[in-house]
Amino acid sequence: MNWIKSIRRRPVAHNKDKAKDIPDNIWDTCPGCSGMLYHAEVEKSHFICPHCGHHFRLAPLKRLDMLFDDGQYTLIQLPKTADDPLAFHDLKKYADRLKEARKKTKNQDAFIAAHGKIGGHSVVVGAFDFSFMGGSMGCAVGEAIVTAVQLALLQEAALILVPASGGARMQEGILSLMQMARTSVAVDKLKKRRLPYIVVLTDPTTGGVTASFAMLGDLTLAEPGATIGFAGSRVIEQTIREKLPPNFQKSDYLLEHGMIDAVVPRSELRGTLIQALGLLMPSRKG
Amino acid sequence: MHYLDFESAIQEIDRKIDDLKSKASLDGGDVADELERLNRKLGHHIRLAYHRLTPWQKALVARHEGRPHTSDYIKALFADFLPLRGDRAYAEDRAVIGGFARFGGRTLMVIGHEKGHDTETRLAHNFGMAKPEGYRKAVRLMKLAEQYRVPVVTLVDTSGAFPGMEGEERGQGYAIAACTDACLNLRVPVVSVIIGEGGSGGAIALAAGNRVLMLEHSIYSVISPEGCASILWKDGKFASKAAEALCFTAQDLLKLRVIDDIIPEPVGGAHRFAAEAMEAVRAALQKHLADWDKATPDALVHQRQEKFLDMTRLGAAE
Repeated sequence: MNWIKSIRRRPVAHNKDKAKDIPDNIWDTCPGCSGMLYHAEVEKSHFICPHCGHHFRLAPLKRLDMLFDDGQYTLIQLPKTADDPLAFHDLKKYADRLKEARKKTKNQDAFIAAHGKIGGHSVVVGAFDFSFMGGSMGCAVGEAIVTAVQLALLQEAALILVPASGGARMQEGILSLMQMARTSVAVDKLKKRRLPYIVVLTDPTTGGVTASFAMLGDLTLAEPGATIGFAGSRVIEQTIREKLPPNFQKSDYLLEHGMIDAVVPRSELRGTLIQALGLLMPSRKG
Repeated sequence: MHYLDFESAIQEIDRKIDDLKSKASLDGGDVADELERLNRKLGHHIRLAYHRLTPWQKALVARHEGRPHTSDYIKALFADFLPLRGDRAYAEDRAVIGGFARFGGRTLMVIGHEKGHDTETRLAHNFGMAKPEGYRKAVRLMKLAEQYRVPVVTLVDTSGAFPGMEGEERGQGYAIAACTDACLNLRVPVVSVIIGEGGSGGAIALAAGNRVLMLEHSIYSVISPEGCASILWKDGKFASKAAEALCFTAQDLLKLRVIDDIIPEPVGGAHRFAAEAMEAVRAALQKHLADWDKATPDALVHQRQEKFLDMTRLGAAE
């Protein structure tokens, strides 16, 4: 198959594809401290609020720009899967929701992947696009993860996955549930070859994604303040009829409860990854 | 017997039969002819109701309180059941039960969700909604089966993993992921049967088998029809519509190649004819376990993993 989709270099100065949840104007309001922020300032600071440290949700291409050496990487062509395999419709047709999401994000589905170098190490990175139907995992995302693993195996590269997902995509029914098993099988193949599999949990990571590949990393990092959990907090509040603690399902909470290895601010993420890759694949550099 | 809303005609005839029987036992009259007539009528109405259940009706049947549960199957089909308890880390979670047992002359490991059958046991088994310790126990039992090189039979019957604070505190996501992963990597045969409700991640954790079978009126879904309706239709009342859309019946799943076989239920459902339904499961288990008797551990893992990898892939081997 043709792996290459396009080669990208870090765009300089003002680029056109701004982070999707950041309004396209000069001033942004920080959801963390409600402070007014100059957009260019936010962009320069890794989309972190300079006042309160709030991490804005990041568009997947921005993520790749930040992680790879010199912001240089090759996007992978991801395989086609069946659009709308169940001919699903609720108040709206799933086919129409897909069309809208594709138009809005200019992405085929909720996941992109690229290969390149991080700290000189060969790496495949896959990142979720939360603005594409809540980053939900259906057949396309599952197949994309399987493909990212195959390329990592071929290149003897490490795999870094960056989820931001509400969970399984309901509109693909049981087929989306099967992606939990498929992605588990896929990442196991890396483990058998002793290729590092690293997960960077970002806001939000919940449901079937948390209950599959996202929790199976050799190393599991999380961005500060990210919501990470299996069940939604509203569902839990309804079940227990009590208010939940304020940091419930936040990265620090997961760290305290032994679910992740570290909470790493976005500004330090690349450094931490380079350190880990250096320890885990010392002879594979170059 | 609890009657479902589409069973009102059946309920009416059952009531007439009961009346007739009690009347006959009081005055000793001969009611044989009338009884036979009513029984024929009953059979007719059961066939009528069960001839073509809608997906929503199937969900109701799959959850019927009288439907045999894992503990019933263990009693009926497995001899010398040796229950194993606890996850060796935190607690004993009775939403998942299991242990060594004898089946068709061989030792194997049986693991399943247990919902309970009355208020007391339902609470004790947390309605079949497992917490992380339940999945950790399942992993422990699977590894034991591997150690003794005996097959694993899993019986799936859960509305889903427990959505609660303590579950999150103790790593519900990781526990489910690790259990699914353990199931996928086991070096012994795994045959899974969805006996009632296969609810989302809590179900697949126990259902990543070499063969996945479903009872005819069981369901297996990424989300409950009520949950799906409340999110996509903004109102749980549209559950029957969501049930149509989700394609979660055994018949749908066989067509989608997510499951390998359907185990037929007696007309009228497993809750009405439990013994016959369980015998059908016995026959299916015997057949499907026998298929793996000669498979090597490598072949078992390979078949299971490739089967899941091929699912939902365009152009995968038909």
